[in-house]
Formats: sequence, C-alpha cells, structure tokens
Amino acid sequence: MEFWIELIVSGLLIVGAIFVFVGSLGLAKLPDFYTRLHGPTKATTLGMSCLLVASMVLVTYQQGYLSLHELLIGLFLIITAPVTAHMLAKTGMHHELDILEKTENKALAERAKDRMAP
Amino acid sequence: MKAQPRFRLLPMPGHSFLLFIVWLLLNNTVAPGHLVLATFLAIAIPLMTSGMQDPQPSFQKPFAIIRYIFVVIGDIIAANFEVALLVIGPAKLLKPAFVAVPVDIEHELPITILASTVSLTPGTVSAEISEDRQWLYVHVLNLSDEEELITSIKQRYERPLKEIFQC
Repeated sequence: MEFWIELIVSGLLIVGAIFVFVGSLGLAKLPDFYTRLHGPTKATTLGMSCLLVASMVLVTYQQGYLSLHELLIGLFLIITAPVTAHMLAKTGMHHELDILEKTENKALAERAKDRMAP
Repeated sequence: MKAQPRFRLLPMPGHSFLLFIVWLLLNNTVAPGHLVLATFLAIAIPLMTSGMQDPQPSFQKPFAIIRYIFVVIGDIIAANFEVALLVIGPAKLLKPAFVAVPVDIEHELPITILASTVSLTPGTVSAEISEDRQWLYVHVLNLSDEEELITSIKQRYERPLKEIFQC
C-alpha cells in the first residue's frame, strides 16, 4: 500500500478514535443526566465521520471501486442521533431525574414536562 | 387535507429518487440487476404508502438548502471541538441551563429539522416542544448569555428554514 494512503487513513482513524473516546468519557464524567446527553450526541458525530471517511478511502483504494455506502451510515447517524437525544431528554424529564443544583431555570423542566408554555 | 399527487404512477417523486439512491448505496453497486430492482422498489413502495402521507410544506429554495447544509456541517465540527474541550475541562466550570426558545414556524417538518439541528450544534440539546408549538425547550451545557443564545438560534437556523419552506 502506498505510504500516503496509509498516512491519511491512520490519521483519520486516530482523530476519529479520539473524538469517540471523548464522547464516551463525557458520558462517564459529566455530573448529571442532561449534561451527559451532550457527549454522545455531538462528540460522536465527528468521530464517526472520521472513521467512515477512513473506511471509504481504504476500501476504495483496496477494492478498486468507489465505496459510498459509508455515506449512508453517516446519514442514518445524523438523523438518529438528535432524535435519540430528544427522546432521552424527554424521558428524563418524565422520570423527574435529579437536575444539577447550579442549573439555571430548573423550573423550566417542570413546564417542559407538561408541554406547557414557560 | 390530502396532498394531490401530480403524477399517478409516481405519487412521491422525491421519495422515489431517495429510495433508488439508498438501495444502490446499500448494495454499493451499479450492476444492472440492482438498477432494475431499485427502479421497481422506487415505484412500488411510494404507490403502496402514498395514502399514509401527511402533507408537509415543500422545499422551495435549493440554494438556501445547500447553504443551510454547509452552515450546519461547519457548526457540527465546531460543536465537536467545543464539547470535547468542555468534557475534558473541569466539571465545576460548567454552567448548565434550561432555556425556552420561542419558535415562529408552525409546521411539523421544519420544527423537526430545527430541533435536530439544535441538538447537533454547539452545546445545546433540544428537550421538548410545547404543545402549541410556540416554545422549544433546550438544555445548554455551558450558558454564557441567554439572550444571545436565543437570537443566535433564531438568526442562524430558524430564519433560513423559514426561507426554505416559505412559511
């Protein structure tokens, strides 16, 4: 394999792995349920995109045809990640999970639970 | 209210096109057999499902859509770095908050896109929409200025969506 292909693929894999790791770290480290939601929804999107682009480059080079179905994985990821986060936040409010003490406008969670105007 | 199909054989041309492309992408090929199968699926599935369609406002401005996509991709990349830094940094410095953002759009599809964009972009996750569709509840990871956040969401994402859907 040519050196520059290896370079691109391994660079993308490392960057992708770092972002996915930071996303998971956020899940473990952040203080309450709602802040934990932020890690996996965002940090993971860019991490996964890097991994998918790496896969596209590698497969295209090795198999000799343009491999595009990684784009589809990316599309599904972009559609499902925010929906999952939204449903989780909604469920969290209905279970009245503890909200971090210093959160501003904590009362809004009550209003949001009943889908009322603030 | 029922959407009036423009062509009888292709009640949903956009969906047909999407199905065709997705089938080919799934199989990662342009072999003739799969082209035929994709065409068949692209015609048959919309014929069977067009009755369940819920009328939504259609996309009007193609250039506005492309610009919106690029703005969102740029913001997703910025969001990743921002959230990564916040996660690595000490948790004591975080200032989480709930914010209610007033929404002017009324239709389901644009609101869904707005809420998803808000979830994917810097430091915000959409948590709930009020029953009258006037308020979007957002959880912010690190709030600096509430007014500024609301205006930035409205200016950056809601205005182009209104332009795209003409509502």
